[in-house]
Amino acid sequence: MRKFIDPVVTAWMGIATHKLRSVLTILGIVIGVAAVITLMSIGRGAQAQIVSRIESLGSNLIVVRPGATVGFGGVRGGQGSAVTLTYEDAQAIASSVDYIATVAPSYSASQQLVAGRQNTNAQVIGVTLDYEKAYNLQTTGGTFISDYDYQSAAQVAVLGSNVASTLFAGTDPIGQQIRMGHSIVYVIGVLKSKGEGFGSTDSAILIPLTAMQTMIAQPHTSRGEQIVSSVAVTMTDKSQSSLIVSEITSLLRTRHQLSPTADNDFNISSMEELIATISSTLQSMTLLLGAIAAISLLVGGIGVMNIMLVSVLERTREIGIRMALGAQERDIWTQFLLESASLTLTGGIIGVGVGWIAATLVARSGSLPTVVSADIVTLAVSVSVGIGVFFGFYPAWNASRLNPIEALRAE
Amino acid sequence: MIQLENLVKIYLMGKSELTVLRGVTLTIGRGEMVAIMGPSGSGKTTLLNLIGCLDKPTSGKYILDGNEVSRLSRGELAKVRSQKIGFVFQSFNLLPRLSALANVELGLRYTGTRDRNGAKEALERVGLAQRANHRPTELSGGEQQRVAIARALVKNPPLILADEPTGNLDSRTSVEIMNILTSLHVEQKITLVMVTHELDIAKFCQRVIRLRDGEIVADEKL
Repeated sequence: MRKFIDPVVTAWMGIATHKLRSVLTILGIVIGVAAVITLMSIGRGAQAQIVSRIESLGSNLIVVRPGATVGFGGVRGGQGSAVTLTYEDAQAIASSVDYIATVAPSYSASQQLVAGRQNTNAQVIGVTLDYEKAYNLQTTGGTFISDYDYQSAAQVAVLGSNVASTLFAGTDPIGQQIRMGHSIVYVIGVLKSKGEGFGSTDSAILIPLTAMQTMIAQPHTSRGEQIVSSVAVTMTDKSQSSLIVSEITSLLRTRHQLSPTADNDFNISSMEELIATISSTLQSMTLLLGAIAAISLLVGGIGVMNIMLVSVLERTREIGIRMALGAQERDIWTQFLLESASLTLTGGIIGVGVGWIAATLVARSGSLPTVVSADIVTLAVSVSVGIGVFFGFYPAWNASRLNPIEALRAE
Repeated sequence: MIQLENLVKIYLMGKSELTVLRGVTLTIGRGEMVAIMGPSGSGKTTLLNLIGCLDKPTSGKYILDGNEVSRLSRGELAKVRSQKIGFVFQSFNLLPRLSALANVELGLRYTGTRDRNGAKEALERVGLAQRANHRPTELSGGEQQRVAIARALVKNPPLILADEPTGNLDSRTSVEIMNILTSLHVEQKITLVMVTHELDIAKFCQRVIRLRDGEIVADEKL
């Protein structure tokens, strides 16, 4: 037992000899490890938050949008700028593609909304009844658009939570009227907030697609089909998503009479694909944050090496004495390696604590959820020990290679 | 115990060579107490370092306790030191952070023995049992040297080497230290080789070897 305890005791005595110096060295590692833990957990937290928001929209969702227009000189317009996708396309998808639960075409336009003395600019989305199911919508007050509303093209609206609070702060919006251009719509419901981000309906108002046609001039194609701005499709079986995407693709290509060499004039994105893309982007962002923080850990490691070199130099005579007493090279370098590893291990453990506290504070402040996961902690602690061994190696090796006679003569 | 045959030691000082020992041939028997004397630069410390396996001869043969050690590697020499040789230095060379007892225990640290009880006995042996928990800075020079002697003898080595063991001490304390060393030699039959330039100190030994310019010029029994 002494065989293991002795070197550890010796290492700690070395550390205790210069308390301030050791504390400062440890501090370098603490800051590095704490930075890695905090930034990585912020990154992980952001990732978890964004992915869960997207999933709340429904991970079995496929969204079809019109493709980009190709304008003068081949300059591409923004996605969705082409007017190719129609209500009839949506009906065709519903009737001929397998594994489909709902198909919800919608048309959206930006409109000035006025209610009493308040006004706001919002996205007005004309929807079918299936829109509610496709996007997992829930109302906090009132009801969603009913079949009767839809059939009769009733001038009713369901408000996104932000729109409701902007226009009707402090009052119940249900039953109130909103002026939209030359038309009036009556509020029948308010949607539960989905949080900011992709596909959020918080800043939109939903009206029946049938009413949209009467209120806002909705364009038609040359064949007389009614243009829509997107078609949301939900699947009954997520595992069939690639089959469904390819069926929709070939159906729309046929309907749009595209030649075999032409590009698609529409764009299909599935939520699953989107989640995968966004998570992998966030993953790299998290790694980047970690890498930046790791630079401070590296600087801390160089500090350790510096201190160990000084320590070896100062204790040259001690090394000589130990050698005269019969210490092997191995005994000498384990002594110094243990000393630097103990320094960095201590720094690593304290750093995990500090990082964990910092991450918790960030989460408490409400700006971002943070996730301190075991793998990051394990990684940070083992990296800090690794740094101790790596940066302690050269000084320790130097110490073990000293000539005992010269070492004994040192002052 | 010690057999040296034509031992030569040349140091490289940059590009020039410095011959410190020019063929030393010497035999020291088991249980002898020998003083090596000579003016500074005569090579007496170099000779002691070679005997102590702290350094390797440039040429020649060194047989210690029946084994040739002149061709051993660094690691093997360290092993020989840990098992067979105890050192006493002029400047005591105790570790300042450790108590007297811990310093003596250090003498056992690299020997492979698990049992550290010998350290207390060794301190008693030099009359310092009651000072076991004092640090070197709290001890007088004579007491520090006694701790150093305890550290050298704690592993019961057949050979103790002392490099000017009384060099930093006043004459009264020097006599005390020499009495302790002599009693070790007498009672435990330890072979003792010491370097000194004080004739009074050398007189405690039965044999005095005089070096000059790296050669033995006299080898007399007292």
